[in-house]
Amino acid sequence: MPYLEIDNLSADYGKVPVLQDINLAVERGEIVSIIGPSGSGKSTLLRVLTGLLKPRAGSVAVAGEKLRYDSPKDLRRAREKFAIVFQQFNLFQNMTALRNVTIAPTIVQKRKAAEVEAEARALLEKVGLSHRIDAYPDEMSGGQQQRVAIARALALKPDILHLDEVTSALDPELVSEVLDTIRLLADDGMTMMIVSHEMGFVREVSSKVVFMADGRVVEVGPPEQIFDNPQTQRCTDFVSRILRH
Amino acid sequence: MPSILEELPRFFNYYNSIFLAKAFLYTLVLSFVGCGVGFLAGFVLAILRTRRINRWAGLRWLATLWVEVWRRIPFLVKLMVVFFAFQFAGGNVSMFTVAATTIALSASAFSAENIRAGIESVHPNQWDAAETMNMGGLTALRRVILPQAWSVIIPPSMTYSVGLVKSTSIASQIGVLEMTSVAKILNQKGFSAALCFGSILLMYFVICYSLNRLAAYMEVRLALPRNR
Ligand SMILES: Nc1ncnc2c1ncn2[C@@H]1O[C@H](COP(=O)(O)OP(=O)(O)O)[C@@H](O)[C@H]1O
Ligand SMILES: [Mg+2]
Repeated sequence: MPYLEIDNLSADYGKVPVLQDINLAVERGEIVSIIGPSGSGKSTLLRVLTGLLKPRAGSVAVAGEKLRYDSPKDLRRAREKFAIVFQQFNLFQNMTALRNVTIAPTIVQKRKAAEVEAEARALLEKVGLSHRIDAYPDEMSGGQQQRVAIARALALKPDILHLDEVTSALDPELVSEVLDTIRLLADDGMTMMIVSHEMGFVREVSSKVVFMADGRVVEVGPPEQIFDNPQTQRCTDFVSRILRH
Repeated sequence: MPSILEELPRFFNYYNSIFLAKAFLYTLVLSFVGCGVGFLAGFVLAILRTRRINRWAGLRWLATLWVEVWRRIPFLVKLMVVFFAFQFAGGNVSMFTVAATTIALSASAFSAENIRAGIESVHPNQWDAAETMNMGGLTALRRVILPQAWSVIIPPSMTYSVGLVKSTSIASQIGVLEMTSVAKILNQKGFSAALCFGSILLMYFVICYSLNRLAAYMEVRLALPRNR
């Protein structure tokens, strides 16, 4: 049984279907990347999993436990399984880097403040930001903010970490520091779903690549298949277009 | 001028001083209670209107109606509506209650819009982050959203409160013994208009100026830490 199992998941924005019959399996410790043209539903998939958008149909299970997205209690349970890092960082602007990392573990998970703080300091050190612990988001570079956001997500101790185009809003010279941080997590065996346009990186870290278009999973396979020998026309077109520049 | 100076000791005799001080307190309490209750109510209205929770749809609609109607009615008319509403309900309430209710009602409608604007000035991605971390709506509001919204909420609220303090003078129309009515009464008793209205002018100024100072202080206190 896969660690994360997504079965026939569908979701709409209003009346517009945005995700249609998504099927996906992720093993523990696996890194699955999602690629596809803009508007294909990659972010929406992560938003559904993390409880920001209610699915219309289908099911999601983590380690055999079926997640429901109905009652507030079910939603809380589902969100406990996942953490997400957003393209725009979404750090709390009114809090320091350290507070951003400690707030949910203390306020939501009600863990001991001293323990949480020690952990948060260790996480910020891991992402290379021990020196910016007391900085506010708007005092940090995009790369630094995104690394704080990653530390904040890890502090929640999620089963699976979702990364939604985490380098897309960064200046080119800041991309590598964030990718390096993600490599560290990969080395730790963190299970991740990564939406990214950094094809070199996707190829390097992923065990499996998912190609999405028009709200559907069009092709799934190991990176060698998706990038060198795609089986579908749409995937071929997309990959050749994106690898050309 | 000399006549006013001569009149001064007589004007500020024991009885008049108490009368004026009471009116001052009356205006102050009226404004404070009215604005305070109104602001709290405005908060609830704003939350009802900003949070898109389906089972609140009916309440949201009522909140919108409330805000849109009361914001468009002049103070004196609201005063009369409240007065007759209390009469109709058969409640035997003081004119003070009528005036305070009217102020609260005005403040609630204004604050609701103003607080809503403040909440909406904060980027929605802040809600997303809080939500995925399992923070409840009210926790997110208190810990994440409001701290970023105060700088938008406070300045217009204070300007509006100063306006309401001034509007309390209209309550003299229904016989509330606030500052303006006391000035009129003293004037009718034969004291010079300059002294009667001069002294309440000073008192209005003191109240409103203090409010402005309070606003400036709160803006600094509640500003995002790095802007202090
Ligand atoms: N908040 C929203 N309201 C309505 N439609 C949306 C919203 N967000 C995204 N969409 C639509 O859903 C589709 C999928 O969007 P998205 O998941 O963001 O794609 P991707 O992340 O792959 O670029 C797009 O057609 C987009 O226009
Ligand atoms: Mg996207």
